[in-house]
Amino acid sequence: MTIELKNWPLWEVFVRSKQGLEHKHCGSLHAADAQQALQMARDVYTRRQEGVSIWVLPSASITASAPDDKAEFFDPMADKIYRHPTFYEIPDEVGYM
Amino acid sequence: MTSHVDYLLHLADNALVLGQRNAEWCGHGPVLEEDIALANVSLDLIGQARLLYQLAAQLSGGEVSENTLAYFRDVADFRNYTLLELPHHGPLAANAAADRDYATTIVCNFLYSALMALLWEALQKSQDAQLAAIAAKSQKEVRYHLRYSRDWLLRLGDGTEESHRRAQAALDHLMPYTQEFWIDSQPESEASAAGVGVDLKSLKADWDSIVDQALREATLDRSTAAGYLSQGKMGQHSEHLGYLLGEMQSLPRAHPDGCW
Repeated sequence: MTIELKNWPLWEVFVRSKQGLEHKHCGSLHAADAQQALQMARDVYTRRQEGVSIWVLPSASITASAPDDKAEFFDPMADKIYRHPTFYEIPDEVGYM
Repeated sequence: MTSHVDYLLHLADNALVLGQRNAEWCGHGPVLEEDIALANVSLDLIGQARLLYQLAAQLSGGEVSENTLAYFRDVADFRNYTLLELPHHGPLAANAAADRDYATTIVCNFLYSALMALLWEALQKSQDAQLAAIAAKSQKEVRYHLRYSRDWLLRLGDGTEESHRRAQAALDHLMPYTQEFWIDSQPESEASAAGVGVDLKSLKADWDSIVDQALREATLDRSTAAGYLSQGKMGQHSEHLGYLLGEMQSLPRAHPDGCW
């Protein structure tokens, strides 16, 4: 049993909090397969009405950047303020973007 | 009116006793995610029990409240199915002890949820508008409970040799207690005649088909439901209910007006 439990793969859970918004990553869990992961995600991550839709996907299918790559991946962006859209104003009527 | 209240108490006691029983796994579940899932089922059931006790208290009047009904009635007053008060393991001799067995919990929840999915559906047409409203809310919850317990039943039955053996043993142990669903009791007959309740015998064919279909998929054999006929809903309980109530009721009995 213990060995089997250790073999349960890890799943990443994404929850959409309401219609029109995007799914957001909210955590991960262990489950035997995708359907079970979905049900467990419902119980673990939407108990307080956090969502109207859930995605789960195997954590193993995510390719992530390495922390050690921070210097070459991200630091060069630090001095390029002209890339921020802060030089014009968004009218209030546009609402959520 | 008395049988109307008794009928509500029967429904409420079922939900409360199974809710309490399931809650014994809280903090002891096989994995964290499952621990939370079963605790959610418990909270749904206790929520249903509260609504039903509140309605029964309202009809009873006087000093009766949901708390007096849940915490200050004794074993013989409870009207739940014996099935729901049984501990999370098979039958034992005398005072022998055993570890909790998840298959027993799952089979118990599956057999009861299959019944309640049908009963709550039918009770939405109850002449008692408040009961019909409780049924509408509970129906959504129990559909998930059925899906959840059925899913685990398939995983255990059609899983490893050990999980299959345990699921079959749990089924053999618990199936005979489902005979109690189909016997008449006075509150049920009167509530059904008044259009408040539902004659369970009218649901039996559908229940059989839900159970048989799941057992087939789970590669489990449906044991013959025969032998001892439990009568918990008439107030004749197993020795297990007293311990369950003892634990559940000790705090309000020690501090009767305590609140926070």
